[in-house]
Amino acid sequence: MRVLKHLFLVAGAVLMTAPFVWMVLSAFKDLPQVFVIPPKWLPDPVVWDNFTTAWTALPFGRAYLNSFVISGSVVVCTLLTSAMAAYAFARVRFRLREPLFVVFLATMMVPYQLTIIPVYLLMRELGWLDSHLSIIVPNALFNAFAVFLLRQFVRGIPREIEEAATIDGANRLRIFWHIVLPLLRAPLAALAIFTFMAQWNNFLQPLIFLSSQDKFTVPLLVNQFRGTYTTNFPVMIAAAAVATIPVLIVFVVGQRSIIKGMTLTGSNR
Amino acid sequence: MTALEQRAPATPPAPARPPSDHDRDRRARRWSERGWALFFLGPQLVGLVVFVVGPLLFAMGLSLTKWDGLSEPTFVGLDNFARQLTDETFLVSLRNTLFFTVLLVPGELTCALLVALALHTVRGRVLYRLFYFAPVVTSSVAVSVVWLWLLNGEFGPINAYLRNIGLDPPNWLVDTRTVIPAIALVSIWRGLGFTMVIFLAGLQAVPKEYVEAATVDGAGPVRRFWHVTLPMLSPTILFLAIMSFIGSFQVFDIAFTMTRGGPGDASYTLVYDIYDLAFTQFRFGDSAAVAVVLFAILLAITLVQLRMQRRFVHYEE
Repeated sequence: MRVLKHLFLVAGAVLMTAPFVWMVLSAFKDLPQVFVIPPKWLPDPVVWDNFTTAWTALPFGRAYLNSFVISGSVVVCTLLTSAMAAYAFARVRFRLREPLFVVFLATMMVPYQLTIIPVYLLMRELGWLDSHLSIIVPNALFNAFAVFLLRQFVRGIPREIEEAATIDGANRLRIFWHIVLPLLRAPLAALAIFTFMAQWNNFLQPLIFLSSQDKFTVPLLVNQFRGTYTTNFPVMIAAAAVATIPVLIVFVVGQRSIIKGMTLTGSNR
Repeated sequence: MTALEQRAPATPPAPARPPSDHDRDRRARRWSERGWALFFLGPQLVGLVVFVVGPLLFAMGLSLTKWDGLSEPTFVGLDNFARQLTDETFLVSLRNTLFFTVLLVPGELTCALLVALALHTVRGRVLYRLFYFAPVVTSSVAVSVVWLWLLNGEFGPINAYLRNIGLDPPNWLVDTRTVIPAIALVSIWRGLGFTMVIFLAGLQAVPKEYVEAATVDGAGPVRRFWHVTLPMLSPTILFLAIMSFIGSFQVFDIAFTMTRGGPGDASYTLVYDIYDLAFTQFRFGDSAAVAVVLFAILLAITLVQLRMQRRFVHYEE
């Protein structure tokens, strides 16, 4: 039974990994090797040109920077604004607190394809189209899931700690900053990974909001390769490799916390 | 840290001051609480109004108008819905999306559960998990480009293997009958790890005593699975099914990158239709109408599944 399980798992793991292996190996093939029948896994001869073409044909370095700026800003701002809202929902007493929280939860049901047209029109009015602000600001200012998740954790903090600080004369801002926020370190870290990954792979929003190449994120640039080099498989796949390999390396190094962060949605049903 | 040791009194001390003073004090505190609420909620509240509730209402309104985004919008009542619900492209995209969902949801849940069951009890779980989860972190656009070659009818390795074992494989992404299954395959590959990890967490929460008790009572592995593990896992299955349904109705990235909706309109999906109507044809009213229909579908699916849970889902306690 045990051996069978391992056989099954190994076979599965090979199938799951094969596309990445194919990607890495094929990025070193030249065009004639694409048309070899039956296809061969190993490149022969090994060519590096696809990487130089991919890297120089379109501004990849720039796209990486853009993706970093967008994902990074969204993470920092989302964490702060949603922790603040979570604290208010968990600890501050005000009228309409419960109904407002229900509204927050209900928005999770709204598909963003429904709101994206009005948001697009709003961005056009603001003059933010083709600016990274059009992606950063909406994501930074609203994240119902993050608020919901962090509120659970704030409620888990013993009240005595905060009450003691109140007696010592600390106001709510100081309590939030010096007591609550440090105690939320673990969920915030997981949430940071989750948010970063979601933004890094975000496609529909940048596709609609960004139009000039020097503003493009990594997925948008790969999509452009797909449009430009429709038949040149090796260059396309080299572009995919440039977009994927750094992410995979980061994943292998930090897999424990990354999986924990990415599966946050499932951990609190 | 001495402050930490002080215990807050269980009930506030009786007011020593005259009641009027106390009332004023309480009112002031309530006001300051209101101020703090506004301060802490402020940013997300702005986001809620400006980027969700406002746009939601606006989109509902938009679905009742004819507008190209530039000229004056005109109110047309339910015309957009009437047109879209009989529109060839809409119906095709709805059918494709349904077909995709029917393949994806059971396919992904079954594969993920099988892997999770195998992983649950073996050594080297962390290492295996690494391989199964890797596709989850990659960009859907980048992996689609890789699969474009893998699934190529003539030069792709998949068909080479299938031919090797004597089959006559289709040209996956060019054949109108196989393009949706091909996209579903890529989606399952990319989503499997996520679903599997959550199943694994669910399995680990099944109390060992239950399984052991069943074993003592003489239940074999198959009966233990059907009568102990599966019922205990049902909340996880429900959760994953809802997530999977919602995700599959919103399929876009992979179809857009791999086939651009083609061949013809064979891999055109609902979200593709919404995108195309609004951002290449500038028919904002029609696009909003389709988006409202999508919203209604998602809402209905979730409600039906939550109702079903009463009958099929077993909760502890």
